[in-house]
Amino acid sequence: MKKFLAVLALSFILSVQAWAEVRVGIVFDAGGKNDRSFNQSAWEGAQKARDELGIYLKDVEPGDSSAVEEAMRAFASEGYDLIFGIGFANATAIKNVGTEYPDVKFAIVDSVVDLPNVSSLVFKEHEASYLVGMIAAMRSRVVDGKRVVGFIGGMEIDLIKKFESGYKAGAQRIYPSIEVVINYVGNTPKAWNDPATAKEIAKAQMGKGASVIYAAAGGSGNGLFDALKEVNGRGPCFPKIKKGKRIDECIYAIGVDSNQNYIVPGQIVTSMLKRVDVAVFDTIRRLEAGKLTGGVNIYGLENNGVGYSVDKYNRKLITRKMEKVVNLFRKKIIAGDIQVPDKR
Amino acid sequence: MVLKKLEVLILPLVSVFAAGLVGAILIFAVGENPLAVYWIFFKSSIFSINGIGYTLFYATPLIFTGLSVAFGFRCGLFNIGAEGQLYIAAMAVAITGIWMDGWSAWVVIPVCFVVSFVGGGIWGGIPGLLKAKFGGHEVINTIMMNMIAFALVNYLVVGPFHRKGTQILETEFIPEAARIPRIHELIPFIPKTLPLNMGFAIALLACLATYLILWKTRWGYEIRAVGISNSVSTYAGISVNKNMVLAMFIAGGFAGMVAISEVMGYRYTFHDSFSGGVGFIGIAVALLGRNHPVGVILAALLFGALIRGSLFLDLNFDNLSKDLVMVLQGIIVLFVATDKLFKKILSVFRIG
Repeated sequence: MKKFLAVLALSFILSVQAWAEVRVGIVFDAGGKNDRSFNQSAWEGAQKARDELGIYLKDVEPGDSSAVEEAMRAFASEGYDLIFGIGFANATAIKNVGTEYPDVKFAIVDSVVDLPNVSSLVFKEHEASYLVGMIAAMRSRVVDGKRVVGFIGGMEIDLIKKFESGYKAGAQRIYPSIEVVINYVGNTPKAWNDPATAKEIAKAQMGKGASVIYAAAGGSGNGLFDALKEVNGRGPCFPKIKKGKRIDECIYAIGVDSNQNYIVPGQIVTSMLKRVDVAVFDTIRRLEAGKLTGGVNIYGLENNGVGYSVDKYNRKLITRKMEKVVNLFRKKIIAGDIQVPDKR
Repeated sequence: MVLKKLEVLILPLVSVFAAGLVGAILIFAVGENPLAVYWIFFKSSIFSINGIGYTLFYATPLIFTGLSVAFGFRCGLFNIGAEGQLYIAAMAVAITGIWMDGWSAWVVIPVCFVVSFVGGGIWGGIPGLLKAKFGGHEVINTIMMNMIAFALVNYLVVGPFHRKGTQILETEFIPEAARIPRIHELIPFIPKTLPLNMGFAIALLACLATYLILWKTRWGYEIRAVGISNSVSTYAGISVNKNMVLAMFIAGGFAGMVAISEVMGYRYTFHDSFSGGVGFIGIAVALLGRNHPVGVILAALLFGALIRGSLFLDLNFDNLSKDLVMVLQGIIVLFVATDKLFKKILSVFRIG
């Protein structure tokens, strides 16, 4: 009898433990989880969920795409409840493994996979890019009689063209005649991690008179920040007043995905935020609540899925007036009064 | 004599064992239990049908590239261009497959095999020709041919052959007739998800062919003679130039055969950066395998098992990532390259 009770108690404890802990696996993109940008944002959201919701969390940084699928399969076969694929490149793997394990929940960022057990998390990057485009235009200055802002894209694909079109439309909303110089780092996945080329592009755009440059290029964006430091010197850069004359020689950058303002304090006007962390956290919370269903989840301005950052590093670069204008347009976009283009 | 034959086996084994010891110290230093880590390696790569299947799958391209580098070495040439050769061949096979849509498998598959060999062969043969005609060093030229190959296939996969409607850089899929069977189609009770395919059997055949060519034919004898000494070969009436071009062509061809397992057997499309550097790991495989086909197979199996196990390092350990495998590979190569040191240690033992 005693033995029986012990076994019963043990099995009870085991089952409670199995019930209590939600297990989440996360498979990253080629950039890896510490890219200071897109993947890192996802990782931060997952870590937040681990700290606040008490989930069990494991991650894999696959080297190549054959490992992606096998990593997801390993998670699924070990009974994980939810498996994330970060980045559109993981869509094929999610589709295959999701079909094999219909009882396991999956989530994919930046792509749509049409399966009942897959949540697709997509963002309206063009909306937030529109707002930072406005900020860029307002922060820009006239160089050699022209007003120019720059855009550096990573890999030339539809996803990044959303950033580009929103940014351009936003800048032109402020100054219809503003010139937007657009360049891409490349057209292969290497373009996400090629700061040297991005730096060259940034310098060329500065040569064309660009005074604010927006990089939507993942890890390559660090090349822009390097170029910035070379031109502006160290420390925050503000217009100076000399002998009553206003001298403005600063060139500014706009960060992307995560809040990158801290990387070069006082030289990054703002960062366009793509809150992958919010989407990841949100998805895990819904799983905990038992409300996670498949389908497409869109993150835009209205649910704070995208936005722009203001913190102590860029507070002085964004005037109250600029903020007022941007907030007005933010409301207009949410209300549907303005349709931001997401294609060229 | 027997001892000398054994020595060939002992040195690589000692290198692997020593690398394992150094790896264990590193693992201990980052705060994990080395035994647990090596147990995960074994468990994930050998102790299940799935594990073995994946190990063989990862070993297949390494056998081809290992053979490629080893064949070059036998002729005294260092082929660093396997990566470029296999990209060119993979693209050529994908294009051929797409173009030959509607043909019978009996025609398409042999044609694709030939295309993979010739595609890689031409890319390897050009540096061979440059070496023979102008004395241009094959190390420099194969590296430069790599760059040209990457740029060329990038252009093709981004531009004219990009599959419409996807952001992923891939060509159209090759038709059913151009695909070689997966292992689960031939043997029952094998999981359907296993990507292991007939390419592995072809890799073994390629090893057999290498052995026969190098040690059982006059061509092979000439190639090995050139590898040992150019001047003696010339004196013996062997054309050094002809054999260099031939050796580089065959080396490139073996590298190109990676396309058989990766394009015709696994992805059914040319996928950008599909190789993950197997062309370069092939150098380590050839070194560890002592430039012998059998050694190449064994070394490729070891490296394949390491790659397979690396995935489970991420899954099971907090302080380790898959990069440990690159460290282990590096240490193995280091020890293989310093084999004189081990020879000295061994000789001390023999005297003692």
